[in-house]
Amino acid sequence: MGAGRLYAAVAAGGFRRYATYRAATAAGVFTNTVFGLILVYTYLALWDVRPHLGGYDRAQAVTYVWLGQAFLSTLAIGGGGVEDELMERIRTGDIAIDLYRPADLQLWWLAADLGRAMFQLVGRGIVPFVFGALFFPVALPTDPLTWAAFLGAVPMAMLVSFGIRFLVALSAFWLMDGTGVVQMAWLAGYFCSGMLLPLNVFPGALGEVVRALPWSSLLQAPADVLLGHADALNTYVFQGAWAVALLAAGRLLQSAATRRVVVQGG
Amino acid sequence: MAEITGAGPHGRRTDEETEAAVAPAPVPAPAPALASRSRPADGLRAYRLIAGMWLRSTMAYRASFIMTTFGNFAATALDFVAILLMFSRVDALGGYTLPEIAFLYGLTSISFGLADLAIGSMDRLGRRVRDGTLDTLLVRPAPVLAQVAADRFALRRLGRVVQGVLVLVYALGSFDVHWTAPKVLLMPLMMLGGAAIFCAVFVAGAAFQFVAQDASEVQNAFTYGGTTLLQYPPTVFARELVRGVTFVLPLAFVNWLPASYVLGRPYPLALPWWTAFASPLVGVGCCALAGLAWRVGLRSYRSTGS
Amino acid sequence: MELDGPGGGTDGAFIELDRVEKVFDVRKKTGFLKRERRRVRAVDAISFSVARGEMVGYIGPNGAGKSTTIKMLTGILTPSGGRLRVAGIDPSRERTRLAQRIGVVFGQRTTLWWDLPLIDSYRLMHRMYRIPDARYRANLDRCVELLELADLLDVPVRQLSLGQRMRGDIAAALLHDPDVLYLDEPTIGLDVISKARVREFLRDLNAERGTTVLLTTHDLQDIEQLCSRVMVIDHGRLMYDGPLAGLHEAGESERTLVVDLERELPPIEVPGTRVVRVEGPRQWLAFPAAESAAPLVARIADRYPLVDLSVREPDIEAVIAKMYAASAAGAERAVS
Repeated sequence: MGAGRLYAAVAAGGFRRYATYRAATAAGVFTNTVFGLILVYTYLALWDVRPHLGGYDRAQAVTYVWLGQAFLSTLAIGGGGVEDELMERIRTGDIAIDLYRPADLQLWWLAADLGRAMFQLVGRGIVPFVFGALFFPVALPTDPLTWAAFLGAVPMAMLVSFGIRFLVALSAFWLMDGTGVVQMAWLAGYFCSGMLLPLNVFPGALGEVVRALPWSSLLQAPADVLLGHADALNTYVFQGAWAVALLAAGRLLQSAATRRVVVQGG
Repeated sequence: MAEITGAGPHGRRTDEETEAAVAPAPVPAPAPALASRSRPADGLRAYRLIAGMWLRSTMAYRASFIMTTFGNFAATALDFVAILLMFSRVDALGGYTLPEIAFLYGLTSISFGLADLAIGSMDRLGRRVRDGTLDTLLVRPAPVLAQVAADRFALRRLGRVVQGVLVLVYALGSFDVHWTAPKVLLMPLMMLGGAAIFCAVFVAGAAFQFVAQDASEVQNAFTYGGTTLLQYPPTVFARELVRGVTFVLPLAFVNWLPASYVLGRPYPLALPWWTAFASPLVGVGCCALAGLAWRVGLRSYRSTGS
Repeated sequence: MELDGPGGGTDGAFIELDRVEKVFDVRKKTGFLKRERRRVRAVDAISFSVARGEMVGYIGPNGAGKSTTIKMLTGILTPSGGRLRVAGIDPSRERTRLAQRIGVVFGQRTTLWWDLPLIDSYRLMHRMYRIPDARYRANLDRCVELLELADLLDVPVRQLSLGQRMRGDIAAALLHDPDVLYLDEPTIGLDVISKARVREFLRDLNAERGTTVLLTTHDLQDIEQLCSRVMVIDHGRLMYDGPLAGLHEAGESERTLVVDLERELPPIEVPGTRVVRVEGPRQWLAFPAAESAAPLVARIADRYPLVDLSVREPDIEAVIAKMYAASAAGAERAVS
């Protein structure tokens, strides 16, 4: 189990690294709370007019908002995951060192990102969520099984989130300047994950499409499980399928990139 | 070149003086050319010079510039897409129609976009303090505020302004307003006043970073958060929140109050009509306060070095 | 008040410090949430004066208070106490006026525009410092010639080597004819040729223009080749102020002569030296740093079959450490 211990240590390192920036964490909590506050009122206005929009009632819509704020940095929907550092290493060529390490590149960064995500969930996610639950009418399940099912969907969301961002980061092997790609990926993620508006509110065919895309695994899927809107097993299958597909694509791209580095001599 | 003595008063410089060598004088006099110039004019000049340098730096990566400008435009447009999506399901939000909300949206996007374009990189101040590069600005003969404000000047931020203008044009074309001279006059007044208010928020946020260098995200709550708030009508929000953004952090003067006058809607918190014209004044007041905060912050940096 | 620095009285004193202090409140993390506040005297009642046209080395270990002093002299930091004047100006009160009179080079942080050709940074200086056109052109030409920048002016700064960038930075700091130039580690990380070029330029600048130069460095050779005067600071206090030779005496520092002989021989016996190490035909001889190596070499060459030899300079940190140890006992007594 040597390998397992190695990646656990990498994950713990990722957790600790983000934990050192306490002022930044506090600032993030504050900002997430303010944004949640603004969004909640706009959602409430919307649900005032259409009380059962997207199949949610008012309390469920409110819950969705605070869940979104809790997940924003956890799933790096607004950027700020390990992909920034990974791209920097690719750009500077330091990645060659990583490739000769006796560890798998993808697993290494996945572990680091999971550690980061865990910290963001605890450090940045919980406070805004609790704030929302205390001051607004929320719809939280009383059934522990639903909670357990929700907690199962969160790590799946983390995997999909990493799968997408790993692909984005690897593009730096081929593109001189990755800013544009990152920006596009960020835009797509922000919009298609349902950060602006729940995906089940999206009208018609657009709704059908965004709900089938991988980004719906991030916020919409766990939210639907928590709100009793979706079957946990079906959700896991959907998230799992995307996670496998994305991570496999990442693996293919990684080996292509590795060949490239080896050919160039590092 | 003539022999140069070590005692030459290089500090006394006039524009006619062309030779480096000057007669030795025991005590150098203060540079008279500089003393006569005012600080704001100095600041603006330094701002222009530095912003120009950043502009040229950006042009060294033209493709990236075009891509990020488009990205900036698209990113800000998504906010409006979300509003459009909402209106695909409802006809009014907080009693406001889509064109009316587009009006609010366009106004705040232009005001915030202008402030962001002008001094949006001030949120990097904490980083400059941490890595010590702020010191390199402090040894230059120009106000530090101007130098920090011009730091990383990025024309791509024009994307937000352009997007705001487009939405505003759409709004103006979609509703019937009985235009009067005061209403027409109010339009540029509120945009500039609003930009001044947002500038004050940026400066105050940067001043806060002298105290908490890692907390640059706090100001996002008031800048990006503020403009998001103002995209929606005041009727949507809780009374306490509206009170807060009117009397504590007077964001309501960016668009809510003046727009109420233009749209002929009741004023939030039942404020008198003339508050609609107060934006420029409020903007000036905010900038003065923010300037004060900046001075306090800079002073504390210069006494602690961190 | 009379502040007699070497080479100048009150009239000549260009930089004057009178019991200047800088006290910081440092908060240190002592536990997960616990923090301890501590007052640190970064600069402790330092007094000195520098005359116009002097070239002074300001040295000391990391964290000794060197850069804090420089920051107060350049107006970046406000002193907590004492009196400080540069060219008759109180730096912290009239920062921008002072800026016209001083040039600053931060060894590790370039002030040049990364993505733009070198010349663009100079054009900015031209306008920001409001340098008259003719004067700007004359100064630029001079710097370009002496620092060999002609081929680099149109090259983006990011493509310059460390040494080229340092030369570029020095030129940028001199275009407005500053009366005093502060250099923070000007030769750090440079190769031997770049170091020599920078030193030569600074020597010329000082000799021809009479620019006062204050430099901090870790490299004793910088001091040896440039400065007639050295100040050593440690723990915020001025430990030494005088010529370099005196520093060697005060610190009892030694240089090392590395001698390669034709064959293995017993330790060399020459008065005034002692053998500190023998390794086959190679021997290491220590001798007082203040003494010239030439007569020693002559004497050794006379009596021993010499193949090669070289002189190693004393380590600056070691010199200071020795000096500090010598005076620590006294200082301790004074404190308690």
